[in-house]
Amino acid sequence: MTPRRQRTLVVIGILVGAGIGTAVALTAFSGNLLYYYTPTQALSKNLGPKDVFRLGGLVEKGTVERKAGSLTIRFIVTDNRNSIPVVFTGILPNLFRAGQGVIVNGHMSNRGVFVANQVLAKHDSDYMPLKLYNKENGTRYTEPGQMNRGAGYGGP
Amino acid sequence: MAGRATPWLIGLTLVLMAAGLVGGLWLAPPDYQMGDGFRIIYIHVPSALLSMVVFAVMAVASAVGLIWRIRMAHAVTAAAAPIGAAFTFIALVTGALWGKPMWGTYWVWDARLTSELILLFLYFGYLALVHAFPDRRTGDQAGAILAIVGAVDLPIIHFSVQWWTTLHQGATLKLSGTPMPVSMLWPLLVMMLAFLCYFAWLLMVRLRAEILRREYRARWVEKI
Repeated sequence: MTPRRQRTLVVIGILVGAGIGTAVALTAFSGNLLYYYTPTQALSKNLGPKDVFRLGGLVEKGTVERKAGSLTIRFIVTDNRNSIPVVFTGILPNLFRAGQGVIVNGHMSNRGVFVANQVLAKHDSDYMPLKLYNKENGTRYTEPGQMNRGAGYGGP
Repeated sequence: MAGRATPWLIGLTLVLMAAGLVGGLWLAPPDYQMGDGFRIIYIHVPSALLSMVVFAVMAVASAVGLIWRIRMAHAVTAAAAPIGAAFTFIALVTGALWGKPMWGTYWVWDARLTSELILLFLYFGYLALVHAFPDRRTGDQAGAILAIVGAVDLPIIHFSVQWWTTLHQGATLKLSGTPMPVSMLWPLLVMMLAFLCYFAWLLMVRLRAEILRREYRARWVEKI
């Protein structure tokens, strides 16, 4: 075996070794690498009021209710199989709207409602010009910069 | 070679970057959900792409340097590292600035963001390691091993959005059925090409300096 061959094998060995090591570690921790639970996963785990976790899913259309005169909002997060009602008081991100993905951080109350202290919106990686969207749907969606307010709220 | 290629790369970079910026900032229509806020994609995605391409270049150069004992290859790795670190930093900062209004947070510890941050630390680790030895050849070899081992992070970054649930969205650019109209897409592709040329340009300039620094005792350098 020439020295160069030997060095080639060593380099490949390092790469394969590091790859296998990382793969084993990531598999072992794969549960912790999940950033959120879906409603189905959350319900199957029977989590109580003391278990703080993140819940992710779609905001069910037609379920967004804002309490008048406050920042409190109620909506249902669903994965199209199971759903969990959520209550949140605070400022929502721009991308929050019905039918879109959200991740909420908080805990389950005793009455089966998820009490959120943070709402994050997930981008669906779909892009479309605003004008085209309004043309296809026959409505003004939202003005840029005024998202989630007024008519656009609750969404199509 | 580098001397002759550099003016072409500068020209290509400037033309592509100008076209990409005009296309991205003026010609592309505002997005239906994000308005003009989506335009940061024209910096964020090319930077993130380059952060990974540069590290891949470093890993390949390191392997070549270790196997064939080519000192020039180690010079390539050393010259590329700060450029890659800068692209990684830009990707992380632009992502955070977009994340605050859109997601509602600057930063989360999801798999995509964390693995990209690890990449930044790999660059820093490489830069610290190669300069930590009094003998440059030892430093080069230690750094090369780090670059090869660190390359394991690249597929993790790329596939993190598929393997685990993350806040970061999945890939927009796909070979089949990109969910992005052409009017928004072409400036993005042009910007990605522009960033690649920019990297090649910077690499040529830095590589020349790196070789001169390493070979300052050689006779051919004295002639310059």
